[in-house]
Amino acid sequence: MSTLHLLALAAPQVLLVAAALLLLVWGAFQPRAGRLFVFVAAAVLVGAAVIVVIEPLGRAFLGGLIVDKAAVFAEVIIYLASAVAIVLGEPWFARRGITRFEYPVLVIIAALGMGMMCRAGDLISLFVAIELQSLPLYILAAFSRDDGKSAEAGLKYFVLGALSSGILLYGASLIYGFAGSTRFDAIAVTMSHGIGRGVLLGLVFLICGIAFKVSAAPFHMWTPDVYEGAPTPVVGFFVGAPKLAAMVLLARVLTESFGADQFQWRQILVTMAILSVAVGAFAGLRQTNLKRLWAYSSIANIGYALVGLAAGGAVGVQSMLIYMALYVVDVTGFFACLMALSRGGKSMETMADFAGLVRERPGLAVAMTVFALSGLGMPPFSGLWGKYYVFKAAMGAGLAPVAVIALIGSVVAAYYYLRLIKVMWLDPTAGPTDAPPIEATAVTYAAALFAFPAVLIALVFIDPLAHSAALGLIQR
Amino acid sequence: MTGLLSLTIFAPLMGVAAILVIRAFGKEGEASAAAARWVALATTLATLALAILVVADFRPSLAGFQLLETHTWFAGLNYSLGVDGISVLFVLLTAFLMPICIIASWRSVHERVVEYMIAFLILECLVIGVFCALDLLVFYLFFEGQLVPMFLIIGIWGGANRVYAAFKFFLYTLLGSVLMLAAILAMISIAHTSSIPELMTYRFAPSVQTWLWLAFFASFAVKMPMWPVHTWLPDAHVEAPTAGSVILAGILLKMGGYGFMRFSLPMFPNASLAFTPLIFALSVIAIIYTSLVAFRQTDMKKLIAYSSVAHMGMVTLGIFSGNLQGEQGALFLMLSHGVISGALFLCVGVVYDRMHTREIAFYGGLAAKMPIYAAVFMLFNMGNVGLPGTSGFVGEILTLTGTYGASTWPAIIGVSGIILSAVYGLSLYRRVVFGQITNPALSSITDLVNREMLLFAPLIVATLALGFQPSLIFGVTDTASAHLAQAFQAATGR
Repeated sequence: MSTLHLLALAAPQVLLVAAALLLLVWGAFQPRAGRLFVFVAAAVLVGAAVIVVIEPLGRAFLGGLIVDKAAVFAEVIIYLASAVAIVLGEPWFARRGITRFEYPVLVIIAALGMGMMCRAGDLISLFVAIELQSLPLYILAAFSRDDGKSAEAGLKYFVLGALSSGILLYGASLIYGFAGSTRFDAIAVTMSHGIGRGVLLGLVFLICGIAFKVSAAPFHMWTPDVYEGAPTPVVGFFVGAPKLAAMVLLARVLTESFGADQFQWRQILVTMAILSVAVGAFAGLRQTNLKRLWAYSSIANIGYALVGLAAGGAVGVQSMLIYMALYVVDVTGFFACLMALSRGGKSMETMADFAGLVRERPGLAVAMTVFALSGLGMPPFSGLWGKYYVFKAAMGAGLAPVAVIALIGSVVAAYYYLRLIKVMWLDPTAGPTDAPPIEATAVTYAAALFAFPAVLIALVFIDPLAHSAALGLIQR
Repeated sequence: MTGLLSLTIFAPLMGVAAILVIRAFGKEGEASAAAARWVALATTLATLALAILVVADFRPSLAGFQLLETHTWFAGLNYSLGVDGISVLFVLLTAFLMPICIIASWRSVHERVVEYMIAFLILECLVIGVFCALDLLVFYLFFEGQLVPMFLIIGIWGGANRVYAAFKFFLYTLLGSVLMLAAILAMISIAHTSSIPELMTYRFAPSVQTWLWLAFFASFAVKMPMWPVHTWLPDAHVEAPTAGSVILAGILLKMGGYGFMRFSLPMFPNASLAFTPLIFALSVIAIIYTSLVAFRQTDMKKLIAYSSVAHMGMVTLGIFSGNLQGEQGALFLMLSHGVISGALFLCVGVVYDRMHTREIAFYGGLAAKMPIYAAVFMLFNMGNVGLPGTSGFVGEILTLTGTYGASTWPAIIGVSGIILSAVYGLSLYRRVVFGQITNPALSSITDLVNREMLLFAPLIVATLALGFQPSLIFGVTDTASAHLAQAFQAATGR
């Protein structure tokens, strides 16, 4: 294959690298990021999403890079979510007097890492991609650097993230040592003769490392603190796209390299899933800070996605992909709504801030209610459809007890979603709010309209796309 | 006419859209509230007209589902609707009670009227949807979706302890519903179809049936509600506004019984038979225990709420007797109780609007000041007790006949429920209506106004008409009930 052909398979990555570097140079000359700068950065990400759709499928760089339908499915969502994060974040920072051009650049680099995570075809590109994604996120968490909480969040995230990367790398080295190759398909060939203890140990470490990245219990400890401290637009970015990327990566490793050993890793995933749902449900009950609360909510949601992945097979992977896709839209909308709301120039983050919101900002309050109900799994909102796919897959795979436990967990979690609705609808108002900014309001409404009713039509298209994506991952 | 069911289901949503438009472009405050009331009334009346059309189009002599609509959706799901003799009258009952609810709230709700009317219209859409759904997932969408508007109706417009009641209502029902969702997903993955008519002929293995039956039971028993998971109902009723109570008792509870007849009996006949002793035991406990509890209540609404639990106990007896009389009686009792209990809550609402208390001890001697009210209240109380000539009698006697055909003791104990209902019903009436006025606050109380008489007139007509001419209902339900009973007996070999 010619070099040009190889690069064509990595076209979105090439575009993003070039754009990130050029934007850095531009920013060096014009440090106050203007509207145009933000527009170009977002446009580059949208362009990358378009390229992903039209570029050919295939493998390149000795199998280190895989472009298949699963990668395409996830990357489109990731790039679009990153573009939204840029559009939402820059004005939010500007209103708080932070006008630094690094924000869009860091988001682009993180998106580049996430895209590579979806395409990783061997253990080395897996590790490089994860690190490329993580480092910008550490910086982003500390982006409000004059705010002590933000700095603390960044540091905490970095220290624990580095630890998890170490665990992950150790697992990767064990797998390489015992399986004799870093390539996923080559590992699969070795595994077809049965999985040895050394590889199994490596696999456990690898799964633990990725579990940290998706904040699945019991590797979730960092999540509430980091989400509470990090700036809101950054959290809105954290909670969606990187988790989708990590879940796709996990699905690829597990199904491609260790597809024959499903019953070995399934128990790990099931355990993590049940723990995540339980932690997310019970620990969320006492939270009053919404960012913290949604951190626990995200832990529970990852638990549901893991149930789908644990079910295995094309149906399981498909359910996980749909679940994550719908979840990304939901949380993006939720955090956009948080960004849209402020009172006297201060962000509204606690439950008490939202008291009686329906009288002050009926539109945003209804949107917030939609996101809460969607998280709760109420029909006909998108959250229910994610759960529908995941639990149907679990039922089909004989994981009925897991599904029932997870569903009962959702009843516990229902309490805190309901509490938010109660605070907004039933409590006396906490005072007037500032005029909401246009971009955050628009994203909020778009996401709410997606959660219902657009999802009912969108699923007609998402369903077959996710199905072929899952098939692409399974049949190799 | 194709699309008639969809039109009936979604007609209330058009009212919602109209109200939103008026609110967006019209004036704030009292003007938009008045507009919302009129739009809501017009919409519910239009829905009633559509529901009457549905019943008119319905051919009672044909078995199976009619007025079918099916559109393929995604992931093997179908948006499919249809009605049979069991469900069609519930559609009519819902459409019949809704305008009454709107009129009942005309004056008593003055806060956030626009939201209130929207919540009721959405609720109507969802309830009618439940009775028309012929796909498991579509059924679940409509069934579960009701929690949200009901949560807001109790939580915003309810009494003093409304938040507690709203949470209790929501979480109780949700727990039942998620177990049902698990069962629905299991059924889809076993039978590879989500179509209700197909699943009715699918035979699940007996061991699977047991689990599925229990999961559906968890949902329907809470909804019904059956003893011992009935405790959410009195709280919800006491705190709900009058119209909310009417909907709750009149329609939402009926979805539990409907669910048993639509899912448990035809789809899991062996499990249903195996669990019949359990159901009978819970039912007779409910009849005796909640009747006694009702007798001890000091709050009028709570008394009627407990009486609803007792009546629903009779309905479950009838359903699980599995014979024609039982099914017919249970259906009739549900429809008649929908009218009568709704009317009783309205009766409480009448005095509550005037005196703002539901304490039985506060009242006494109302007959002197409110003769028309006394007569109306008497009629519905007698209906609730099961006096011959009212609709309550027909349902109860037939239900107990059916139960007797299945098992002797539950029927014998169940009959005592009629006596007990007379005990609490008549004592309530005596304490509120008869005697001398001892409370000076009552000296200025006034009788029913025209709006309230308009409210009660259709309910009185329905109660008496069904009492004297029960074939109005049996003519419609006969084929479907017979089919249900025959299929159950054939599957269980009883």
